[in-house]
Amino acid sequence: MPERTDHLGHLEHLDVRKTYKLFVGGAFPRSESGRSYAVRAADGSLLANAALASRKDARDAVVAARGALAGWAGTTAYNRGQVLYRVAEMLEGRRAQFAEEVAAAEGLRAGAARRTVDASVDRLVWYAGWSDKVAQVLGASNPVAGPYFNFSVPEPTGVVAVLAPQSSSLLGLVSVVAPVVVTGNTVVVVASEERPLPAVDLAEVLATADVPPGALNVLTGRTSELAPVLAGHMDVDGIDLTGADPSSRAELERLAAANVKRVVATDEDLARTPSLRRLRAFVEIKTVWHPVGI
Amino acid sequence: MTGIETTESTRAAAGPVFDYAPAPESRDIVRLDPQYGLFIDGEFVPAAEGRTFTTINPATEEPLAAVAEAGPADVERAVAAARAAYEGAWGRMRGRDRAKYLFRIARIVQERSRELAVLESLDNGKPIRESRDVDLPLVAAHFFYYAGWADKLELAGFGPQPRPLGVAGQVIPWNFPLLMAAWKLAPALACGNTCVLKPAETTPLSALFLAQICQEAGLPPGTVNVLTGAGGTGAALVSHPGVDKVAFTGSTEVGKEIRKAVAGTHKRLTLELGGKAANVIFEDAPVDQAIEGIVNGIFFNQGHVCCAGSRLLVQESVADLVIDRLRERLTTLRLGDPLDKNTDIGAINSAEQLDKIRLLADVGSEEGAQRWSPPCELPSRGFWFAPTIFTGVSQSHRIAREEIFGPVLSVLTFRTPEEAVAKANNTPYGLSAGVWTEKGSRILWMAQKLEAGVVWANTYNRFDPTSPFGGYQESGFGREGGRQGLEAYLDV
Repeated sequence: MPERTDHLGHLEHLDVRKTYKLFVGGAFPRSESGRSYAVRAADGSLLANAALASRKDARDAVVAARGALAGWAGTTAYNRGQVLYRVAEMLEGRRAQFAEEVAAAEGLRAGAARRTVDASVDRLVWYAGWSDKVAQVLGASNPVAGPYFNFSVPEPTGVVAVLAPQSSSLLGLVSVVAPVVVTGNTVVVVASEERPLPAVDLAEVLATADVPPGALNVLTGRTSELAPVLAGHMDVDGIDLTGADPSSRAELERLAAANVKRVVATDEDLARTPSLRRLRAFVEIKTVWHPVGI
Repeated sequence: MTGIETTESTRAAAGPVFDYAPAPESRDIVRLDPQYGLFIDGEFVPAAEGRTFTTINPATEEPLAAVAEAGPADVERAVAAARAAYEGAWGRMRGRDRAKYLFRIARIVQERSRELAVLESLDNGKPIRESRDVDLPLVAAHFFYYAGWADKLELAGFGPQPRPLGVAGQVIPWNFPLLMAAWKLAPALACGNTCVLKPAETTPLSALFLAQICQEAGLPPGTVNVLTGAGGTGAALVSHPGVDKVAFTGSTEVGKEIRKAVAGTHKRLTLELGGKAANVIFEDAPVDQAIEGIVNGIFFNQGHVCCAGSRLLVQESVADLVIDRLRERLTTLRLGDPLDKNTDIGAINSAEQLDKIRLLADVGSEEGAQRWSPPCELPSRGFWFAPTIFTGVSQSHRIAREEIFGPVLSVLTFRTPEEAVAKANNTPYGLSAGVWTEKGSRILWMAQKLEAGVVWANTYNRFDPTSPFGGYQESGFGREGGRQGLEAYLDV
């Protein structure tokens, strides 16, 4: 866009451009490797240079996620819901910015980009509400045939790596991350490789929405480089392969076998209201027995 | 309690006793209008017949405001407004947008919670510590919880397309005015119903503030209507043919009248009525926690709690110890100004309720139970009743059978768990019960045997929006809270 000048020929306001960095442990570091890569709009023009996360960055993010797990999983469901709802509030307040970013990243017209952002807000609100309801739908008291009180409750699986969808840069990202976080897992998400900027913007939203540092970490870079590290990482408990190249899925699943990771590899129409599938994917059902008697 | 005196044992143990300086919450945070109208179709309007009544501060008897008294014509208009909203904006709205309105209400309640807490203490007489730390957080949480259901009802386990019922007529009591309004409105709205709410005669103000919050949240007109008034207003509302669902919280006596009034109609009904809960203390109970639990069980909110632990059942082997400790603890309770942050026991809500408590307490003495209260100076104005314990109570005493709804505890004893169960269940009520023991298997055994909708173990008077609440037997039917609480407002 040509810059506007005043009557003296001075620029009215020259844009201060943002540096797009990683989001790890609540901070915004560059890649430890010092690498970056050019991110281009749908029309081929240069948008920005994003950090090209290294395998070391991925491992650092896992450390941050592991460190945040006990606190986040131990937070009351009510509190986690409030935090996720706060994320929706923050996103709502920056709709215009996100609509521009999504339009540029995905080549959408303005109206379609706005609707995508609105859908992302709604998706966050939908998942926020699940925080204190998922146990009421997935849990149960079990009428065992004996003098025992027996109940089953869902608990978070742990640290979950998520490969975000490649095409849908914001709605896709929110749709795969929110269900994992709301149940108490902590997350390392690899943003869409070609459309990573809305993910970095979302990290800025997370940083101002009371999400504890490390609960949600965002990496930008080459999915094919980072995915094997995360899939084979012994301190990652689950992985969502949605954004992986289909040809790499089998190999990633084999890597995930190393510590018996829970693996989700699903093609879901992310534009539709979700099912419970992703909420169920990364929870463990814990059953407790206790005798009944005088 | 001004001029606290201690028993000899505590004085010896604790040394000199320091009195508390007053720590009053500011009353100025609440700005009251001299007069309040009914909230119908999104507007505050006077009653059609122009009648008003005065609501007072029960701690001082000072008038707070004049409030419109709704008559049959107002009920007609409110039900019509609710019907129009049901067939219009609210009824057509997508669940996710209903959710957003409820989230807005939750947020505004959170933002204005200090003001609402002071208002509630002014109109109700409850200690600010309770309205601030219990009532208001639960109100916001309740709206937050049910907001989250509004856009996912098809996954709540009531079938693929659960439908709302229509217009809900909701009558609530004076003991938790704003919280009961939240318990009624939040699930009803989440499910897509519209509401006509009738707050209690002695505590109309917080429901009217909640109506203002509905306006502030931009809720479509007619979705929530608030009719202030007395028993006649409530009776007109529940018997109005345009009402599809009646929800009532209050006395068993009125609940039975309402059940008769809706007999033979299409109306769905839920009732949350009285109680005479047993709080059972076994000999292996953690005594310090149990004493706190007993105090919380019966003296929370001046005992104006339908699930209050008003019958203390103590195992005989520890009865003397528990009663001694309980008396000691009672001497440290502070009765007085509800707006003082140190106050434990506030004012009785009304002169009428005070009369009922006095009458039953006198009957307790006449029937032969031993009455005891800590030394306690009552303020000269307002409605007050000292915390009171009756020992030597038998099951046939009226104070062991009837709901007193005041700070009066009846103590009975038992020897075996079976006897505890038999005595605990020896009541037509069945709202709640408490069990205190270190033995987990006994807790669960007791929980199976007790005929009560809520059983608290090693705690008492806990509430959460995710947790269903409601009674067995004459304590009513239907549940409020939790996933189960949706059922009362769905055509399933």
